[in-house]
Amino acid sequence: MIATAERTQKDTSAAQAAVVASLEAVNKNYGAVRALKGVNFRVRAGELVALLGPNGAGKTTAVKLLLGLMPSSSGKVRIFGADPTNPENRTRTGAMLQVGRVPETLRVREHIDLFSSYYRKPLPASDILAIAGLEKIRDRKFAELSGGQKQRVLFALAICGDPDLLFLDEPTVGLDVEARRMLWDEIRQLVDRGKTVVLTTHYLQEADALADRVAVINEGEIIAEGTPTEIKAQTSGKKIRCITGLDLNAVRRIPGVIEAKSDREAFEIHTSEAEPVVRELLNRDSSLSGLEVTSAGLEEAFLALTQESNRNGNSVN
Amino acid sequence: MSTASVAISHAEIRRSPAHTARIYWKETKYEFLKYLRVRMYTASVLSFPIMFYVLFGLLLNAHDAIGGMRVPTYLIATYGTFGIMGASLFGTAAGLASDRGLGWLEVKRASPMPPFAYFWAKVITSMVFSAVIILALFALGVGFGGVRMPFITCAKLFGILVAGSLPFSAMGLALGYFTGPNSAPPTINLIYLPMSFCSGLWVPFMFLPKFVRHVALVLPPYHLSQLALGAVGAGAHGSALRHWEVLIAFTMICLGIARIGFQRDQDKMYG
Repeated sequence: MIATAERTQKDTSAAQAAVVASLEAVNKNYGAVRALKGVNFRVRAGELVALLGPNGAGKTTAVKLLLGLMPSSSGKVRIFGADPTNPENRTRTGAMLQVGRVPETLRVREHIDLFSSYYRKPLPASDILAIAGLEKIRDRKFAELSGGQKQRVLFALAICGDPDLLFLDEPTVGLDVEARRMLWDEIRQLVDRGKTVVLTTHYLQEADALADRVAVINEGEIIAEGTPTEIKAQTSGKKIRCITGLDLNAVRRIPGVIEAKSDREAFEIHTSEAEPVVRELLNRDSSLSGLEVTSAGLEEAFLALTQESNRNGNSVN
Repeated sequence: MSTASVAISHAEIRRSPAHTARIYWKETKYEFLKYLRVRMYTASVLSFPIMFYVLFGLLLNAHDAIGGMRVPTYLIATYGTFGIMGASLFGTAAGLASDRGLGWLEVKRASPMPPFAYFWAKVITSMVFSAVIILALFALGVGFGGVRMPFITCAKLFGILVAGSLPFSAMGLALGYFTGPNSAPPTINLIYLPMSFCSGLWVPFMFLPKFVRHVALVLPPYHLSQLALGAVGAGAHGSALRHWEVLIAFTMICLGIARIGFQRDQDKMYG
């Protein structure tokens, strides 16, 4: 957490803008389950922040707390400097949540008409339809839409009040590549128009493509925070593959090894830095063969980061 | 243990009365349209009481009398009660349970929708469907059953039955808060079909076995149907004041239960 705070300090460009949403030392428990553990998280005006983490990490909980849909167990939640349950805030925020079922017999334009009526100054319906790419299907019933179109309707409902701050909870989950890219374009347009966006995702690629800043969350804790480049630098590990007579547990204890497993005849070793590990391996086993060093993929690197936090408790940084 | 740091606020957003009225109007209009287009709802909720009435009131017993009242007139009151009960229970409970359980209510709660508008829309929609059922029964009775009654009687019966939608909407809200999206419809059936029978909505009250008649005294549809029968001059059981008291008390209890469910939901996470 200390390292997280330092990084926020370092991020001078974003530090100029006002904080529009924040979690301070927030805990959230569901009975015995601790969904969020002392989370500190700030969103500044005009930025696109991604909360990145595996399923069940606490992303949705964080969003629901910020939207005032449920109270925190302890800590401070603020939106525009006020309590998130303040109804006035809701006129300035928009939310795209994960929904199991949307009323299926209403038409696209009817859904938009209803949600627009809640706001004092909604965007014109024609603008909403254009931004969300729904013009051609405005008269379709919700049940008749494809998965991507349904997500775009939910997106339209989130933006129809022309909110300053937008929460998108896993907006592209279950979408094919084309639909995902379309939604990405729409999200980028919002940021270009000066909106602030909080996006949750478990796709590292999505955070990388969209976010100014990424907070990696795992098991209710923020374990890394920074620009996508910084996160990738932290997580861009190497994969070493080799055939060796060494004991697997001994290999795991070599400094710098994140994870080691045996894969057919060889060992597969994840590490943040390959050279010292390779040197150590060769020192210990002169008969080592079949050595390969490759860059770990983004997803693997992310996995390594979250796994490391699981093993070390809280001390990745 | 843990203390909630965020109080749930019920403050309203500053809006002009015209804007608030427009929200309530649209919420209700789309709630009505939504149900009108659900064939399962319109087919079962609207057509069952009408079919029963046509079969038992017009085709089979049209020339008989129950307690000195012609069957086609008598059955408008009882099948009317049955109809509004189904329309109100399914209209509120099933929709609420599904909206709650599958996340839609959360999307609405995250928006600046006035929370009361949501419940208002459900209750009014149930009343509108109830009115449609009663009007259909009237039309059939007058057109094919030789039902004749003064306008004032007709208006009184209509008013009682449509207002009678309220206790069942309240019951529906309570059920909707304590059932899931899949369990709501069977739960409603499990409650409302036996309750209809025991209240004398299918078999006239005086022909029910004695112990069932005792059970009926605590059932709201019994009290509503007796009020409706009283309005058309059929020999009703019990005093009208008592029937109103029971229905009002029942409504209050259901709203209290619904409120507990509403509060409980504030600190719960859905799939």
